[in-house]
Amino acid sequence: MKKAVHKITITTTDVVLDGKPLDVTCSGSSILTELYRKYVNDYPKYFKMDILCKLGFIATELLLQTEGKVRFEPCENRAVVFFNRSSSLHADKSFESNISNRGNFYPSPAVFVYTLPNIVTGEIAIRNKYYGETNFIVIEKRDEDVFENIIDGVFTDNMTTSVVTGWLEAESEAEFNAEIYIIEK
Amino acid sequence: MIKKIADNITSPLGFTTADNYKAVCEGKSCLKRYEGKWKLPEPFVASLFQEGLIEDWFSSKIHTDKIYTRFEKMVLLSATKAIEESGIDASSERTIFILSTTKGNVSLLERNLCGVDDDRVLLGVMANVISHHFGNTNIPVVVSNACISGLCAQIVAKRCLESGKYDNAIVIGADEQSPFIVSGFLSFRALSSELCRPFSKNRNGLNLGEAAATIIYQHCDNLIDGWQAVKGAIRNDANHISGPSRTGEGCFRALKYVMTDEVVSNDIAVVNVHGTATVYNDEMESIAISRAGLSDTPINGYKGYYGHTMGAAGVLESILSMKALDDGLILATRGFDEIGVTHPVNISNKIRHTNKKTFIKLLSGFGGCNAAMLFNRR
Repeated sequence: MKKAVHKITITTTDVVLDGKPLDVTCSGSSILTELYRKYVNDYPKYFKMDILCKLGFIATELLLQTEGKVRFEPCENRAVVFFNRSSSLHADKSFESNISNRGNFYPSPAVFVYTLPNIVTGEIAIRNKYYGETNFIVIEKRDEDVFENIIDGVFTDNMTTSVVTGWLEAESEAEFNAEIYIIEK
Repeated sequence: MIKKIADNITSPLGFTTADNYKAVCEGKSCLKRYEGKWKLPEPFVASLFQEGLIEDWFSSKIHTDKIYTRFEKMVLLSATKAIEESGIDASSERTIFILSTTKGNVSLLERNLCGVDDDRVLLGVMANVISHHFGNTNIPVVVSNACISGLCAQIVAKRCLESGKYDNAIVIGADEQSPFIVSGFLSFRALSSELCRPFSKNRNGLNLGEAAATIIYQHCDNLIDGWQAVKGAIRNDANHISGPSRTGEGCFRALKYVMTDEVVSNDIAVVNVHGTATVYNDEMESIAISRAGLSDTPINGYKGYYGHTMGAAGVLESILSMKALDDGLILATRGFDEIGVTHPVNISNKIRHTNKKTFIKLLSGFGGCNAAMLFNRR
């Protein structure tokens, strides 16, 4: 039987960790930077990330701090699998505006790389030295059955004993929400 | 276990698996140099459908009043052909659609299409349009895990079928080329301005390609004959978001995981590599293959025929490898000349014969992800 051992929700106005609301003064994307400054503050790569990565990164950082285990030890038994609706649409639109004027054509690799939704799983794997499974699933709308079906499948990999997973949606800098869990076998 | 019951490859080389296989055996490719295409300032080499070809095939093969994008037409052409061959009921609640794509309908951002809602750029919405075309009401899943999506989708399919929830999984991998994708790869300086040369000394980048490919898997308790997807794994390098690990960490770990106790390296006919022909990818794969003890096992790659077809690659390249082994063949690595990786690998530069019936497919992608899958024929 698999169980969620920790849960975080982040919206543009509220953060709730294991049922307890955290004090935040900012709203919108500033809420993520506020959380970064208060709880992380040692990973300047954060500032290069797009909104989807920032959201996934911060949510995972807070979950892992709450989990309280030894961190940054290489491991292969933790998977990172997220779900959403908009994929990387926010970054896609930025990149499209980068290239739409061919007379003034400066495609940026730093923007292009975030036009893949799974980059956030890579960012988390790098930060935490996770060599396990990473995947990104896009569906039309949130659905608990799909979620459960996919996560049950992730645990059929014999190496996997836990997964950081959940809904990670960032339509724009102003519209995002995350509901992320640590689930154990 | 799961058994492959039908497949299709829709690419610039042909609209059936048989046509594609024949073209590849004959050493053909549609890779060519484009200058000024889409008003892009730099030339590039790609394997693209001839203008209007998808639209013509679609209107002759599929009768519908609905409006579909060019990308969706590619997907529907491939899926329709495979579904017809399989004889399954695609509308059944015991059938699930699993799509693999990186960018889907992203070209709608540049130019919208009359009669197609803007939200079709969303992968889940697009996938619903596809599954509804076949009357299927299950929620379709889109795997968007960069360039390894095509294997991840097959891994997800295997798990869905083995859980007992579904009888059939229709796995469709597809990507169309567009100014968006070409510009992105140009910005990374990852594209070669010549035909790509996988694993070669003078390789200098990849070529892009477009295709759609479909594999239909069915759950079975006992495989009497045919192909099964035995075991798959996804592993991360935990190293860099846009460059592979110097130790081939994720690729090596995925390889090790799928090399089960029942399969020794001597049973493996071929490892079909990712082989994009970028300096770093091919070097990384040689390290992973060597670390996994597969230096003597034949390896081959298909990017010299198709370019990098992204979301389609894992599906297309798995199908071609099965088809070749059905004929006892290991296909040649088009574009390869002189070995240019530091770790020893046994690259197939011409068609070889084998009586082995097992192969491994490898892929690696941005985000540090890697996938391996072991296939076996009874």
